[in-house]
Amino acid sequence: MVQFSSAHVDTSFGALSDATRRGVLERLAREDASITELADTFHMTLTGMRKHVSVLEHAGLVVTEKVGRVRTCRLGVSRLEQEAAWIERYRQLWAARFDELDKVVEELKQKENEDGHSER
Amino acid sequence: MDTVSVEPVAANGTRTDRPSDRELVVTRVFDSPARIVFEAWTRPELLMRWWAPASFGVKFLSCDADVRPGGTYKFVFAHPESGEPMAFIGRYLEVEPHSRLAWTNDESDDGFVTTVTFEERDGKTYLMLRDRYPSKEALDEALASGSVSGYPEQFDELEKVLKTLN
Repeated sequence: MVQFSSAHVDTSFGALSDATRRGVLERLAREDASITELADTFHMTLTGMRKHVSVLEHAGLVVTEKVGRVRTCRLGVSRLEQEAAWIERYRQLWAARFDELDKVVEELKQKENEDGHSER
Repeated sequence: MDTVSVEPVAANGTRTDRPSDRELVVTRVFDSPARIVFEAWTRPELLMRWWAPASFGVKFLSCDADVRPGGTYKFVFAHPESGEPMAFIGRYLEVEPHSRLAWTNDESDDGFVTTVTFEERDGKTYLMLRDRYPSKEALDEALASGSVSGYPEQFDELEKVLKTLN
């Protein structure tokens, strides 16, 4: 199990506490969208949608990019995911080391038995 | 904050936890007495055989380890992604035969300390490794850098490349 620092969790949960923002994430999971498109989909003003997107962006759940006059939104990698990915790579590194260590340990154990020095 | 206990894990699985905001813990069970597992951690010629797993694409160039309190170590690896060899250096803080090792990691500024405990029960060794960073910020920074234990981030990419070559 991976434990996360509470500040990250609070930001993410805060961002997810609103139905519109959860809807925006579901929408962006299907495809990227501009703020205008999102505002239309959720029957909101541009200003209102900008606020929601900004909360999601702050939590790292959404990334926005302005090309010309259009700001496009897509799902971002959150700090939670980033952390989880790092810890998973860390686990993989140790798991790989320990699998090799197992072989060394087995060999030493066998050698000890052969030499008759076993204390077991 | 020694709140993590090593519980038996199915199939000798390797577990990781972040038990506090500046610590990472790895646990694993070995089907051997502690004196044997400890030996594999403290003899350089044995360390070389498992510390840089082939699946991670690095190769040991040299492994010097003066395993006694105050003794230093230097591991040098070749990494195909970078021309320069990578060196990992530090100093042993604690060496208690068959039960405990601790050393500093001085190759980067975050300066975490690694402690390994070997606990023998019914002929098996319950191993716990703990990386303790000087502060929450230091660990957060390490997590944000993408580089795991000093290994470059490109590992995933590299592994994919290696798979296509095999």
